[in-house]
Amino acid sequence: MIDGFIALYIFMLAAFTGYEIIARVPVILHTPLMSGSNFVHGIVLVGAMVALGKADSTLGMLIGFFGVVLAAGNAVGGYVVTERMLEMFKASRERK
Amino acid sequence: MGFAEFMIKVSYFAAALLFIIGLKRMSSPRTARGGIVWAGWGMVIATVATFFWPGLSWGNITLIALGIAVGGGLAWWTGKKVAMTDMPQMIALYNGMGGGAAGAIAAVELYQGGNHGLTVTFLAVLGGLIGSVSFSGSLIAFAKLQGWMTKPIRFKGGNQVNAALLLGAFIVGMFLLGNYPAHTTLVTIFFVLALTAGVMLTNPIGGADMPVVISLYNALTGLAVAFEGFVLQNEAMIIAGTVVGSAGTLLTQLMAKAMNRSLASVLFSGFGDAAVDGGEVEGSMKEIEASDAGIQMAFASRVIIVPGYGLAVAQAQHKVWELTRLLQEKGVQVSFAIHPVAGRMPGHMNVLLAEAGVPYDLIYDLDEINADFEKTDVVLVIGANDVVNPVARTDPSSPIYGMPILNADKAKNVIVIKRGKGKGFSGIENRLFYLDNTRMLYGDGQAAVSELIHAVKAS
Repeated sequence: MIDGFIALYIFMLAAFTGYEIIARVPVILHTPLMSGSNFVHGIVLVGAMVALGKADSTLGMLIGFFGVVLAAGNAVGGYVVTERMLEMFKASRERK
Repeated sequence: MGFAEFMIKVSYFAAALLFIIGLKRMSSPRTARGGIVWAGWGMVIATVATFFWPGLSWGNITLIALGIAVGGGLAWWTGKKVAMTDMPQMIALYNGMGGGAAGAIAAVELYQGGNHGLTVTFLAVLGGLIGSVSFSGSLIAFAKLQGWMTKPIRFKGGNQVNAALLLGAFIVGMFLLGNYPAHTTLVTIFFVLALTAGVMLTNPIGGADMPVVISLYNALTGLAVAFEGFVLQNEAMIIAGTVVGSAGTLLTQLMAKAMNRSLASVLFSGFGDAAVDGGEVEGSMKEIEASDAGIQMAFASRVIIVPGYGLAVAQAQHKVWELTRLLQEKGVQVSFAIHPVAGRMPGHMNVLLAEAGVPYDLIYDLDEINADFEKTDVVLVIGANDVVNPVARTDPSSPIYGMPILNADKAKNVIVIKRGKGKGFSGIENRLFYLDNTRMLYGDGQAAVSELIHAVKAS
């Protein structure tokens, strides 16, 4: 179980990690990075899977299914567009 | 802890680690492409592991797989198909879906009731509120950037209405902490209020401020995911959500700063709210033929190109790169000056130029290149307006006063490609267009640059 202070510690350390990762990022990467971090919260998919997996009422299953569809869209869409943008940076580097 | 459970926990740990490494790599141009792949593997590992969650029936597993196929398939197809210029609204859309998923998790937990304990229910409510606001807000942002909603709707007391909606949702949410008989109804009211708040909050926000808002919703979705992670006791969600929450908050601040806008003014007052006419402007706009402009550029020793939103709309980035190579063959030194907010999002213009194949050692940002304008023969401004308006330096009464600008006006000659005589996004006159050393080349970005290419070839 994650409870009380353990939870707070995880929260605090993760928050600092996020801040430090982004702190010195160049403006040219703002758009791909926003999209990339957008992809990372697509991890909500595993939560939606568990919620749908445990749901035992029709309403719960309906909402759970909706959640899985949205979360999968977040994860896959976020990955595809980020990858496409970063791929271009790679192409422009090789041509030099 | 059984073996399946242990392996799931290990997978989540690996996923969290891969996300952090991936994000770190994404924050440097050299390693960025690899970063998303690292994070991608993290997602695959976590998703596959979750299928082995103890106690899932085959029926539920089928439903889950179906949901992933539907949502993932649609997103894959749209994500591959979308034009680079439309990236900002797609980011808004996918982001909103994450918020919606966090909201849905909260909804399942709250509708099913049960004894979660006070803290967990509180976090479910909070995550549900934030996720729902991010969901409906991002959808409105998408509609605006896609051009489906063109006019920001503002009315007197709008901020008070929004505050009331949010407070209302929060209060109803607090009732959910107790065990009331009207539970289902309360949960429904709670989500309706939260979703409405997201719509109303985003409605009054105008185009130029949109990227900041999308970034903010990105951070909020991260936070909502983290809260729902606590509810589900899911470490991967807590860590990934919190990392995105704080990274997104910082990114939002950086973007707002690049536009010289405070987050509060983005959210609570519209851009160009007050009708400013910018005063009388001396002089007149002087037109130039593409052939003359081309010759001027061909015989220059140094040219700086300032691309703006107009280039993005006209999809002229490929033509601009063609022009650049022609000039380089003639021995002209060409560089690109990118304002932090050029395009529709900070960094968006860099993506567009990268798409056309412009090597990024030709691309400079504001601080790196501003001193060079004085030594430049020709500045070619393509569809940029406010970011080169010298009143930002000189006129304290102007709404863009204090915004850092590109010093295009200091160059020997300025050629501005513009579709018409209209004003820029902020709705104010651009003094640059009236200067003695400025010439206007009217036309669509792509067509005008093609004409320039012909002229340079002929010279």
